[in-house]
Amino acid sequence: MSEFFAMGGNGAYVWSAYGITLVVLIWNIWAARARLKRNLREAARDTAVEEPVQRPKVTQL
Amino acid sequence: MKLPRWFHRLGSPPHVYGLADAVAPWLGRAGLALMAIGAVWGLVFAPADYLQREVYRIIYVHPQSAYVSMMAYTIMGVAAGVGFIWRIKLAHAVAVSTAPIGTSFTFLALATGAIWGRPTWGTYWDWGDARLMSELLLFFLFLGYLALRAAFDDRDKADRVSAVLAVVGIVNVPIIHYSVEWWRTLHQGPTITRFDEPAIDVSMLIPLLIMIAAFTLVFFWLLLRRLQAEIVERERGTRWLRGLLGGATA
Repeated sequence: MSEFFAMGGNGAYVWSAYGITLVVLIWNIWAARARLKRNLREAARDTAVEEPVQRPKVTQL
Repeated sequence: MKLPRWFHRLGSPPHVYGLADAVAPWLGRAGLALMAIGAVWGLVFAPADYLQREVYRIIYVHPQSAYVSMMAYTIMGVAAGVGFIWRIKLAHAVAVSTAPIGTSFTFLALATGAIWGRPTWGTYWDWGDARLMSELLLFFLFLGYLALRAAFDDRDKADRVSAVLAVVGIVNVPIIHYSVEWWRTLHQGPTITRFDEPAIDVSMLIPLLIMIAAFTLVFFWLLLRRLQAEIVERERGTRWLRGLLGGATA
Protein backbone atom coordinates (compact mmCIF):
# COMPACT_ATOMS: atom_id res chain seq x y z
CA MET A 1 0.00 0.00 0.00
CA SER A 2 2.75 2.48 0.92
CA GLU A 3 4.42 1.44 -2.33
CA PHE A 4 1.31 2.64 -4.16
CA PHE A 5 1.40 6.05 -2.48
CA ALA A 6 5.14 6.37 -3.08
CA MET A 7 4.63 6.09 -6.88
CA GLY A 8 8.20 4.92 -7.34
CA GLY A 9 9.58 7.94 -5.50
CA ASN A 10 7.52 10.44 -7.47
CA GLY A 11 4.50 10.38 -5.19
CA ALA A 12 4.75 14.10 -4.43
CA TYR A 13 4.35 14.96 -8.13
CA VAL A 14 1.59 12.49 -8.94
CA TRP A 15 -0.48 13.23 -5.85
CA SER A 16 -0.12 17.00 -6.03
CA ALA A 17 -1.28 16.91 -9.69
CA TYR A 18 -4.34 14.86 -8.71
CA GLY A 19 -4.87 17.02 -5.62
CA ILE A 20 -4.94 20.25 -7.61
CA THR A 21 -7.33 18.64 -10.09
CA LEU A 22 -9.66 17.72 -7.23
CA VAL A 23 -9.50 21.23 -5.77
CA VAL A 24 -10.29 22.87 -9.14
CA LEU A 25 -13.13 20.40 -9.68
CA ILE A 26 -14.66 21.05 -6.26
CA TRP A 27 -14.29 24.83 -6.66
CA ASN A 28 -16.08 24.66 -10.02
CA ILE A 29 -18.97 22.62 -8.65
CA TRP A 30 -19.30 24.83 -5.57
CA ALA A 31 -19.05 28.10 -7.50
CA ALA A 32 -21.57 27.13 -10.19
CA ARG A 33 -24.04 25.93 -7.58
CA ALA A 34 -23.62 28.94 -5.30
CA ARG A 35 -24.16 31.33 -8.21
CA LEU A 36 -27.34 29.63 -9.38
CA LYS A 37 -28.70 29.54 -5.82
CA ARG A 38 -27.88 33.19 -5.18
CA ASN A 39 -29.41 34.37 -8.45
CA LEU A 40 -32.57 32.36 -7.85
CA ARG A 41 -32.84 33.80 -4.34
CA GLU A 42 -32.39 37.34 -5.60
CA ALA A 43 -34.90 36.84 -8.42
CA ALA A 44 -37.38 35.42 -5.89
CA ARG A 45 -37.03 38.63 -3.91
CA ASP A 46 -38.38 40.55 -6.93
CA THR A 47 -41.59 38.56 -6.88
CA ALA A 48 -41.98 39.23 -3.16
CA VAL A 49 -41.67 43.00 -3.56
CA GLU A 50 -45.31 43.32 -4.59
CA GLU A 51 -46.44 42.31 -1.12
CA PRO A 52 -46.98 45.24 1.28
CA VAL A 53 -43.79 46.33 2.90
CA GLN A 54 -43.91 45.90 6.66
CA ARG A 55 -42.96 48.97 8.59
CA PRO A 56 -40.39 48.22 11.26
CA LYS A 57 -41.87 48.74 14.68
CA VAL A 58 -39.84 50.78 17.10
CA THR A 59 -40.30 49.17 20.46
CA GLN A 60 -37.17 50.26 22.16
CA LEU A 61 -34.29 52.56 21.58
CA MET B 1 -34.04 27.77 -45.88
CA LYS B 2 -36.48 26.99 -43.13
CA LEU B 3 -34.90 26.17 -39.81
CA PRO B 4 -36.47 23.48 -37.64
CA ARG B 5 -38.54 24.48 -34.64
CA TRP B 6 -36.11 23.04 -32.08
CA PHE B 7 -33.44 25.31 -33.47
CA HIS B 8 -35.53 28.43 -32.96
CA ARG B 9 -36.32 27.36 -29.42
CA LEU B 10 -32.59 27.39 -28.59
CA GLY B 11 -32.92 31.16 -28.57
CA SER B 12 -35.67 31.09 -25.96
CA PRO B 13 -34.41 31.58 -22.38
CA PRO B 14 -37.26 29.66 -20.64
CA HIS B 15 -36.85 26.73 -23.01
CA VAL B 16 -33.08 26.59 -22.59
CA TYR B 17 -33.36 27.00 -18.81
CA GLY B 18 -35.73 24.03 -18.63
CA LEU B 19 -33.57 21.97 -20.98
CA ALA B 20 -30.43 22.69 -18.93
CA ASP B 21 -32.26 21.87 -15.71
CA ALA B 22 -33.30 18.48 -17.10
CA VAL B 23 -29.98 17.51 -18.70
CA ALA B 24 -27.41 18.91 -16.22
CA PRO B 25 -27.88 16.39 -13.37
CA TRP B 26 -27.30 13.46 -15.74
CA LEU B 27 -24.17 15.02 -17.19
CA GLY B 28 -22.92 15.57 -13.65
CA ARG B 29 -23.60 12.03 -12.48
CA ALA B 30 -22.12 10.41 -15.59
CA GLY B 31 -19.10 12.75 -15.57
CA LEU B 32 -18.23 12.23 -11.92
CA ALA B 33 -18.76 8.46 -12.14
CA LEU B 34 -16.49 8.20 -15.19
CA MET B 35 -13.94 10.41 -13.47
CA ALA B 36 -13.84 8.09 -10.46
CA ILE B 37 -13.47 5.05 -12.71
CA GLY B 38 -10.81 6.72 -14.83
CA ALA B 39 -8.82 7.88 -11.81
CA VAL B 40 -8.75 4.43 -10.18
CA TRP B 41 -7.97 2.77 -13.51
CA GLY B 42 -5.20 5.23 -14.29
CA LEU B 43 -3.65 5.25 -10.83
CA VAL B 44 -3.99 1.57 -9.94
CA PHE B 45 -4.65 -0.70 -12.91
CA ALA B 46 -2.82 0.95 -15.80
CA PRO B 47 0.78 -0.29 -16.09
CA ALA B 48 3.78 1.93 -15.34
CA ASP B 49 5.51 3.58 -18.29
CA TYR B 50 8.78 1.97 -19.49
CA LEU B 51 10.57 5.33 -19.46
CA GLN B 52 8.74 7.64 -17.04
CA ARG B 53 7.69 4.86 -14.64
CA GLU B 54 4.91 6.00 -12.27
CA VAL B 55 5.01 9.76 -12.80
CA TYR B 56 3.46 9.42 -16.27
CA ARG B 57 0.11 8.86 -14.48
CA ILE B 58 -0.36 12.63 -14.56
CA ILE B 59 -1.40 11.94 -18.17
CA TYR B 60 -4.85 11.04 -16.84
CA VAL B 61 -5.52 14.63 -15.67
CA HIS B 62 -3.17 16.94 -17.58
CA PRO B 63 -4.08 16.69 -21.30
CA GLN B 64 -7.77 16.55 -20.36
CA SER B 65 -7.56 19.89 -18.57
CA ALA B 66 -5.72 21.40 -21.54
CA TYR B 67 -8.27 20.02 -23.98
CA VAL B 68 -11.19 21.36 -21.89
CA SER B 69 -9.47 24.77 -21.69
CA MET B 70 -9.25 24.93 -25.50
CA MET B 71 -12.77 23.65 -26.02
CA ALA B 72 -14.04 26.20 -23.48
CA TYR B 73 -12.31 29.05 -25.28
CA THR B 74 -13.64 27.92 -28.66
CA ILE B 75 -17.20 27.74 -27.32
CA MET B 76 -16.77 31.12 -25.64
CA GLY B 77 -15.44 32.75 -28.82
CA VAL B 78 -18.04 31.24 -31.14
CA ALA B 79 -20.92 32.02 -28.75
CA ALA B 80 -19.68 35.59 -28.27
CA GLY B 81 -19.36 35.99 -32.04
CA VAL B 82 -22.87 34.66 -32.64
CA GLY B 83 -24.17 37.01 -29.95
CA PHE B 84 -22.34 39.93 -31.48
CA ILE B 85 -23.41 39.36 -35.09
CA TRP B 86 -27.02 38.27 -34.61
CA ARG B 87 -27.58 40.11 -31.30
CA ILE B 88 -28.67 36.97 -29.52
CA LYS B 89 -28.58 37.58 -25.76
CA LEU B 90 -28.56 33.90 -24.92
CA ALA B 91 -25.37 33.44 -26.95
CA HIS B 92 -23.67 36.11 -24.83
CA ALA B 93 -24.96 34.29 -21.73
CA VAL B 94 -23.24 31.10 -22.96
CA ALA B 95 -19.97 32.99 -23.55
CA VAL B 96 -20.02 34.55 -20.06
CA SER B 97 -20.81 31.20 -18.45
CA THR B 98 -17.88 29.50 -20.17
CA ALA B 99 -15.23 32.00 -19.07
CA PRO B 100 -14.70 31.11 -15.37
CA ILE B 101 -14.74 27.37 -16.09
CA GLY B 102 -12.27 27.83 -18.94
CA THR B 103 -10.02 29.99 -16.77
CA SER B 104 -9.90 27.36 -14.03
CA PHE B 105 -9.13 24.51 -16.43
CA THR B 106 -6.40 26.54 -18.14
CA PHE B 107 -4.86 27.12 -14.72
CA LEU B 108 -5.17 23.39 -14.04
CA ALA B 109 -3.46 22.49 -17.33
CA LEU B 110 -0.58 24.87 -16.55
CA ALA B 111 -0.26 23.63 -12.96
CA THR B 112 -0.38 19.90 -13.70
CA GLY B 113 1.98 20.45 -16.64
CA ALA B 114 4.49 22.24 -14.43
CA ILE B 115 4.27 19.47 -11.83
CA TRP B 116 4.86 16.89 -14.56
CA GLY B 117 7.70 18.88 -16.08
CA ARG B 118 9.86 18.92 -12.97
CA PRO B 119 10.60 15.15 -12.77
CA THR B 120 10.59 14.56 -16.55
CA TRP B 121 12.19 17.69 -18.04
CA GLY B 122 14.03 18.81 -14.92
CA THR B 123 12.14 22.10 -14.83
CA TYR B 124 8.69 23.36 -13.85
CA TRP B 125 8.59 25.97 -16.56
CA ASP B 126 10.34 27.00 -19.78
CA TRP B 127 9.80 30.50 -21.17
CA GLY B 128 10.99 29.32 -24.58
CA ASP B 129 8.47 26.53 -25.08
CA ALA B 130 5.75 27.33 -27.60
CA ARG B 131 3.11 25.05 -26.06
CA LEU B 132 3.59 26.52 -22.61
CA MET B 133 3.57 30.09 -23.90
CA SER B 134 0.42 29.69 -26.02
CA GLU B 135 -1.43 28.00 -23.13
CA LEU B 136 -0.31 30.82 -20.82
CA LEU B 137 -1.65 33.29 -23.40
CA LEU B 138 -4.97 31.42 -23.29
CA PHE B 139 -5.04 31.97 -19.52
CA PHE B 140 -4.48 35.71 -20.01
CA LEU B 141 -7.14 35.85 -22.74
CA PHE B 142 -9.67 34.37 -20.31
CA LEU B 143 -8.60 36.76 -17.55
CA GLY B 144 -8.67 39.67 -20.01
CA TYR B 145 -12.18 38.75 -21.10
CA LEU B 146 -13.40 38.65 -17.48
CA ALA B 147 -11.60 41.88 -16.58
CA LEU B 148 -12.96 43.66 -19.64
CA ARG B 149 -16.52 42.63 -18.75
CA ALA B 150 -16.04 43.81 -15.18
CA ALA B 151 -15.08 47.27 -16.48
CA PHE B 152 -18.61 47.92 -17.80
CA ASP B 153 -21.70 48.55 -15.72
CA ASP B 154 -23.96 48.18 -18.73
CA ARG B 155 -24.36 44.50 -19.55
CA ASP B 156 -25.14 44.95 -23.25
CA LYS B 157 -22.01 47.01 -23.69
CA ALA B 158 -19.94 44.46 -21.74
CA ASP B 159 -21.36 41.71 -23.98
CA ARG B 160 -20.44 43.48 -27.18
CA VAL B 161 -16.98 44.74 -26.24
CA SER B 162 -15.85 41.51 -24.60
CA ALA B 163 -17.15 39.56 -27.61
CA VAL B 164 -14.56 41.25 -29.83
CA LEU B 165 -11.73 40.09 -27.58
CA ALA B 166 -13.21 36.58 -27.32
CA VAL B 167 -13.48 36.24 -31.12
CA VAL B 168 -10.00 37.59 -31.86
CA GLY B 169 -8.48 35.25 -29.25
CA ILE B 170 -9.77 32.16 -31.05
CA VAL B 171 -6.69 32.43 -33.28
CA ASN B 172 -4.68 31.20 -30.31
CA VAL B 173 -6.53 27.85 -30.11
CA PRO B 174 -5.06 26.25 -33.28
CA ILE B 175 -1.70 27.79 -32.32
CA ILE B 176 -1.82 25.84 -29.03
CA HIS B 177 -2.76 22.68 -30.90
CA TYR B 178 -0.05 22.88 -33.55
CA SER B 179 2.60 24.53 -31.35
CA VAL B 180 4.27 21.18 -30.70
CA GLU B 181 4.60 20.55 -34.44
CA TRP B 182 5.49 24.06 -35.60
CA TRP B 183 8.09 24.66 -32.92
CA ARG B 184 9.77 21.48 -31.72
CA THR B 185 10.79 22.71 -28.30
CA LEU B 186 10.37 20.99 -24.94
CA HIS B 187 6.75 19.83 -24.94
CA GLN B 188 6.08 16.44 -26.50
CA GLY B 189 3.98 15.95 -29.62
CA PRO B 190 0.39 14.68 -29.75
CA THR B 191 -0.30 11.22 -28.36
CA ILE B 192 -3.75 10.37 -29.72
CA THR B 193 -4.53 12.80 -32.53
CA ARG B 194 -1.90 11.61 -34.98
CA PHE B 195 -2.38 10.50 -38.54
CA ASP B 196 -0.93 7.06 -37.83
CA GLU B 197 -1.92 4.99 -34.82
CA PRO B 198 -1.87 6.47 -31.28
CA ALA B 199 1.55 6.50 -29.61
CA ILE B 200 0.23 4.79 -26.51
CA ASP B 201 -0.59 1.22 -25.50
CA VAL B 202 -4.26 0.21 -25.25
CA SER B 203 -3.92 -0.52 -21.51
CA MET B 204 -3.03 3.15 -21.00
CA LEU B 205 -5.26 4.52 -23.76
CA ILE B 206 -8.57 3.26 -22.29
CA PRO B 207 -8.35 5.14 -18.97
CA LEU B 208 -7.05 8.17 -20.92
CA LEU B 209 -10.15 8.16 -23.12
CA ILE B 210 -12.41 7.57 -20.10
CA MET B 211 -10.92 10.65 -18.47
CA ILE B 212 -11.39 12.72 -21.64
CA ALA B 213 -15.08 11.72 -21.71
CA ALA B 214 -15.36 12.45 -17.95
CA PHE B 215 -13.80 15.93 -18.23
CA THR B 216 -16.03 16.74 -21.22
CA LEU B 217 -19.22 15.71 -19.39
CA VAL B 218 -18.22 17.60 -16.23
CA PHE B 219 -17.42 20.69 -18.31
CA PHE B 220 -20.85 20.71 -19.96
CA TRP B 221 -22.51 20.05 -16.60
CA LEU B 222 -20.80 23.10 -15.10
CA LEU B 223 -21.55 25.14 -18.22
CA LEU B 224 -25.28 24.37 -18.08
CA ARG B 225 -25.47 25.22 -14.37
CA ARG B 226 -23.68 28.51 -14.92
CA LEU B 227 -25.86 29.21 -17.94
CA GLN B 228 -28.95 28.70 -15.77
CA ALA B 229 -27.57 31.17 -13.25
CA GLU B 230 -26.82 33.65 -16.04
CA ILE B 231 -30.32 33.28 -17.53
CA VAL B 232 -31.92 33.91 -14.12
CA GLU B 233 -29.81 37.04 -13.69
CA ARG B 234 -30.65 38.38 -17.17
CA GLU B 235 -34.33 37.48 -17.07
CA ARG B 236 -35.16 39.01 -13.71
CA GLY B 237 -38.64 40.42 -13.63
CA THR B 238 -39.90 38.45 -16.63
CA ARG B 239 -43.19 36.68 -16.35
CA TRP B 240 -41.86 33.17 -16.98
CA LEU B 241 -39.23 33.51 -14.26
CA ARG B 242 -41.81 34.77 -11.76
CA GLY B 243 -43.94 31.78 -12.66
CA LEU B 244 -40.99 29.45 -12.16
CA LEU B 245 -40.28 30.94 -8.76
CA GLY B 246 -43.89 30.60 -7.71
CA GLY B 247 -44.64 34.29 -7.61
CA ALA B 248 -47.55 36.16 -9.15
CA THR B 249 -47.59 35.75 -12.92
CA ALA B 250 -50.41 38.12 -13.69
